[in-house]
Amino acid sequence: MSAPIQLQPGETFILNVGPQHPATHGVLRVKMEMDGEYIVKAETVLGYVHRMHEKMGENRTYAQYLPNLSRLDYLGALGYTHGHVLLIERAAGIEVPERAEYIRAITVELNRLASHLFWFGCYVMDLGGFSPLMYALEDREYILDMLEAVTGARLTYCYYRFGGLYNDVDDDFIEAANRFIPRMRKSLKKYAALVTGNIIFQKRLEGIGHISAEMCRKYGATGAVARGSGIDFDVRKNEPYSVYPEFDFDIPVYHECDSMARFKVRMDEMEQSLRIIEQGLAKLPGGPIMAEKKPKNIKLPVGDFYQAVETARGSFGIRIVSDGDKNAYRLKLRSPTYSNMHLFDEACEGMMIMDALAFMGSLDLVIPEIDR
Amino acid sequence: MSLTVLNVIVAVVIAIGFAALNAAYLVWAERRGAARIQRRPGPNINGPFGLLQPPLDGIKLMTKQIMIPGGADKILFMVAPVLAMAPAILSFVTIPFSETIVAHNMDIGLLMIFAFASMGALAVLFAGWGSRNKYSVMASVRAVSQNVSYEIPMLITAITVVMITGSMDLKVITNAQAGGFWHWNIFPSLHSPLMPLSFILFFICSLAETNRAPFDLGEAESELVAGFHTEYGSMGFGLFFMGEYANIVIGASLTTILFLGGWDCPFGLFPGVWWFLLKIYLLIATFIWIRWTFPRTTIYGLLNLSWKILIPLSLFNLLLTAGLLKVF
Repeated sequence: MSAPIQLQPGETFILNVGPQHPATHGVLRVKMEMDGEYIVKAETVLGYVHRMHEKMGENRTYAQYLPNLSRLDYLGALGYTHGHVLLIERAAGIEVPERAEYIRAITVELNRLASHLFWFGCYVMDLGGFSPLMYALEDREYILDMLEAVTGARLTYCYYRFGGLYNDVDDDFIEAANRFIPRMRKSLKKYAALVTGNIIFQKRLEGIGHISAEMCRKYGATGAVARGSGIDFDVRKNEPYSVYPEFDFDIPVYHECDSMARFKVRMDEMEQSLRIIEQGLAKLPGGPIMAEKKPKNIKLPVGDFYQAVETARGSFGIRIVSDGDKNAYRLKLRSPTYSNMHLFDEACEGMMIMDALAFMGSLDLVIPEIDR
Repeated sequence: MSLTVLNVIVAVVIAIGFAALNAAYLVWAERRGAARIQRRPGPNINGPFGLLQPPLDGIKLMTKQIMIPGGADKILFMVAPVLAMAPAILSFVTIPFSETIVAHNMDIGLLMIFAFASMGALAVLFAGWGSRNKYSVMASVRAVSQNVSYEIPMLITAITVVMITGSMDLKVITNAQAGGFWHWNIFPSLHSPLMPLSFILFFICSLAETNRAPFDLGEAESELVAGFHTEYGSMGFGLFFMGEYANIVIGASLTTILFLGGWDCPFGLFPGVWWFLLKIYLLIATFIWIRWTFPRTTIYGLLNLSWKILIPLSLFNLLLTAGLLKVF
């Protein structure tokens, strides 16, 4: 709800939300100029967890840089490493076995599901409902256990290699995943009944945090933020990569442009991820998981390469300018939440603080990924 | 004369003991209940079922240093937690737990409880203003506007009950409902067919009055860090916490007395304090259940609910009851 603001000079005050604040879920600082509970102007301040990942990419070999990418977004790390290996494989001309690509798609979707579950729980907690977080974490635990068994890590995965995978999946993983899918479908129904159907929840989200499609274009917003504003864009469909063209799945798009639309997009995406995992498990081909012909020291040809992937938060792009050496001459990461976050300053003007923070939650920010 | 003084002292000591014990063990009950709802164990390490957790928490809070933020208004800052706890304890004095167990029965018991209950808002205001913290000020302004707007429908609903029973004496109100659950005020009678509605109104208002979720806008930790008690540590925080739970007990007791027949048995057997306690703990369990199920409302949603729905409804109910009392 926004109200007209008539201000007398000197009637506002500055409120520092963060860098340590429960709603920012990390070290983001928002400098808000407030008129009572209404926000006159907000300014997001970054830089508290900057680790120079882009510079690190320039003085490490491509393989050494791989673990860095799972330190960007600690909730959906596999998607980021996927982007990197896809780029290197394309640039260096490495053929990846089909089985490896299928396993990559399955694990990326599982990771997306884990990320969305965590976001869902935290978002409802931001709105004051505690219990759904615990339910979501319980479901997420199954995914983390599965991924831990094959990748060896629970959050900062480094599972993909140039040309394939570090490790093949075993029967236990496939069995656990097959057991998990019906369980998760049941949970999604429960969440719909407990949270989406709740009248307080609906009142807090519907019509709040309007982001127009025009604004998404202006700031380069992608992912669920753009799809909640009626933009039908998903890298998996629009710029297909990996084995995604072989799966039958939908891209949920909502036209309401409010927080509820973004919430529903992510809830529907969970269902679609389940569909992809289901198909992937059914179609999973046999064969090797590592390319046979692969150079030991990977050197990219001279040139400029870019690869976009759809991570849990939106379109993640990695651009490498190579001078033919074994490390990048220039490396740039395009992280989705960096663009999504900058919407906040403009969109939250005139909102009440509680609506603004509910709106911020719907952007699904992960600060270490903004502040690389 | 001296016997009366002694009587009052004993009564106050028992009231403090009851309030403190309830506050301490309701925290435990809430944590265990929340854990049950969220499918986790909850506090279960200290003592059987974690029953030693509240006293140990109390010791921890009491041994901590009292920190007063620089630039805070010291007097208001120190007074606020006491002011949060004291009215709640005083309200216990006039609550009849059974025919005989009441510290000091008063003709205007209901009025006294409401008078003390409205002092709770003052404590929140002092705490917020005294802390010199922007979050605290915002939270206390919210909490005060919330308390003011919810006291009105709550009082109007209570007046409806008073009109039916013809007394503000809590004992008389309870006795008027004696003899089986069909006599309870919660059920519609000839004079006031909308009594179930009054009960719901009163229940919602007591949730809001005690700053409980989904109306816990005064603390709203995801927006205002910890609301009005952001700057409080040690026993200052402890007193706020205990005050909140004591207020919950008061709210539940009042609901029980006004609508659920107090110590009266639903089917006329063995009326006594056990029925009273059973009823208030069932109500408190509902409070806890609601808190761990619903998300928080917005401040304008909350005020709109009060001014646009609850107040007109309770006024309509009052007028209807008054009219029917005149007719029949």
